[in-house]
Amino acid sequence: MQYFCGIDIGASTAKLVIVDENGDVAARSMQRSGVDYTGVARENLDEALAAADLAEDDVSYSVSTGYGRDNVPWSDESMTEIACHGKGAWFNFRRQITVIDIGAQDSKVIHLDDKGRRTSFKMNRKCAAGTGSFLEEIALRLALPASELNGLAEQSTKDVTLGSFCTVFTATEILAKIRAGEKVEDIAKGAFRSIVKRVSEMDTIDGELVMTGGVVAHNPLLVSLVGEFYGRTALVPPDPQYTGAFGAALFAMEKGAKTC
Amino acid sequence: MTTATERKGLQATKQMRGVMGKYFAELAAGPEQGKKTAWCTSVGPAELLRSMGFNVYFPENHGAMLGATRMATDLIPEANARGFSPDICSYLTSDIGSYLKGETPLQKMGMEGPPKADVLIFNTNQCRDVKDWFQFYAREWDVPCLGVHTPRSIGDVDGPIVDDLALQTEALVEPLEELGGCKFDIDKLREVIILSRECTDLWKAILDTAASVPAPITFFDDTIQMGPAVVLRGTQDAVDYYKILLAELEQRAADGIGAIEDEKFRIYWEGMPVWGKLRDLSTQFMELKTAVVASTYCNSWIYEDLDPAEPFKGMARAYCRLFICRSEDRKEKYMEEMAAKYKVDGILYHDAKTCPNNSNNRYQMPQRLEAKLGLPHLVINGDLNDMRLYSEEQTRTNIEAFVEQLAER
Ligand code: SF4
Repeated sequence: MQYFCGIDIGASTAKLVIVDENGDVAARSMQRSGVDYTGVARENLDEALAAADLAEDDVSYSVSTGYGRDNVPWSDESMTEIACHGKGAWFNFRRQITVIDIGAQDSKVIHLDDKGRRTSFKMNRKCAAGTGSFLEEIALRLALPASELNGLAEQSTKDVTLGSFCTVFTATEILAKIRAGEKVEDIAKGAFRSIVKRVSEMDTIDGELVMTGGVVAHNPLLVSLVGEFYGRTALVPPDPQYTGAFGAALFAMEKGAKTC
Repeated sequence: MTTATERKGLQATKQMRGVMGKYFAELAAGPEQGKKTAWCTSVGPAELLRSMGFNVYFPENHGAMLGATRMATDLIPEANARGFSPDICSYLTSDIGSYLKGETPLQKMGMEGPPKADVLIFNTNQCRDVKDWFQFYAREWDVPCLGVHTPRSIGDVDGPIVDDLALQTEALVEPLEELGGCKFDIDKLREVIILSRECTDLWKAILDTAASVPAPITFFDDTIQMGPAVVLRGTQDAVDYYKILLAELEQRAADGIGAIEDEKFRIYWEGMPVWGKLRDLSTQFMELKTAVVASTYCNSWIYEDLDPAEPFKGMARAYCRLFICRSEDRKEKYMEEMAAKYKVDGILYHDAKTCPNNSNNRYQMPQRLEAKLGLPHLVINGDLNDMRLYSEEQTRTNIEAFVEQLAER
């Protein structure tokens, strides 16, 4: 059996997936990215190899992706997270899709045709609006851990709109809402709605809608709000925070199979 | 992972440095030699000024130098603090910041700074900012600021527009004579126009060599090589230099030598250069084996309407047929022709925050052209000079992902 590895070093977490020659996941690992990308990549690899009871030599080919993609000395090749998220998402659905990936520092909209070829993509502009960092900033303003935002927002009963493009201005808007006596859960839901707005402004959607990324994995409310906005179900692949790493592993499988 | 590839320099470049050095030395020596200095916008009536004996200085060229040396980043805030918004032209804010702080890359060339203007002559064909920019110096030095007001979003370059612009240009003659230029002589103007036209024809031929596959020159070289076309059109020096450069490029094309080793993809660059990141971007494209073969920007110094038989009308036509002051439909048609001529695989649009005039992704052009030509596009957000508006990581990933997409087709 041959194995292939994909590693996605994002702004917040580093994810690694090993697949076998059928594309089935053999092992996974996730760590905080921290400041030493090379070190964390090695820890990730060792952890996944141990979990699957494999040796490094069992891995025929590796592809790295994400912000830290060029800091993985043992990978054979690097590709962008746009390519890898598209690949990983399409593998699960195999029809024309538009992927909305929401990560810690950026969001992307990726269009793939029915053969899985990318036809276009957009990344958010420079700002944190519409990304995981935005939610973290909002959680900070509301004096809550970011992990509690989803549960809280689900209890919301009233629409509160946060309208600014700018994360810092949104934080100021929140102060005004607090002063006006708005409930925390309604403000929290307003923050999720703001992400939907910012992302929907980036591009249009063709085919079915798929969502990936760590923010999606931890905030199911966001998925239903996006679906509500577009009037269609937003599909989510299994373990959406690993989609980029999985896509990288699939690329490794294609490329490694060719070279072996 | 990408690997570094060797950059293929052009031999002619050394001579260009000599030509440009001579130009700046003449500017510096102007006052001593009793020559008056006229500041002129890059697509202003330079031929008229030259024919009347002025030394002609182009502050946009200085703006680009401030960007390329990355001095702009420290200088722009100086202008911002004095009321020039960070949202307006960053050539303007860099240049005024440079004046206020007394720091300029010209000091490395032995000049104290830009030559003080005796008169400032603008053409609003490119934007309003140039007039605001020149008026600042007119107030500072108490010198006249005159110009040509060209309408924007021009469809047909028709009779009434041309007549009006020719009259506006002609009306500059009298005040320029009073300001100490030589007496106007139409034959002298014709001579300058002949040289300017020759320069422009050579520059066009130079850019056209990049239609060969592989392209012997790329946009990143063009932005350096265009110096003489901007600041020395109408002089023999520019003509002589471009003959040398053209010969080298034609030889490269004949020998099948590309500027990019193993060229795989060809891209059109729409919009301003990101001056502070030219080298990084050029290296990234080289590593991706992608040649940026053409640009609207570098093609903006081609004026086939210049005509010694009709000096004023020819200038009027030339300076309003420019891409930048044309209507969206004309721009689109131009881009279509360029994409076909240069056989490009995709189009990159640079949305320069502080220059809406040179950012053509904002009225749906990328989407329309993609649907029409079937060529994918990418928009990068940045700026010509203000690197506070540029995200290195975002741009790098966007470009890399775009080339991956081209490879999938
Ligand atoms: S066209 Fe743009 S870059 Fe050029 S002077 Fe005007 S605003 Fe500045």
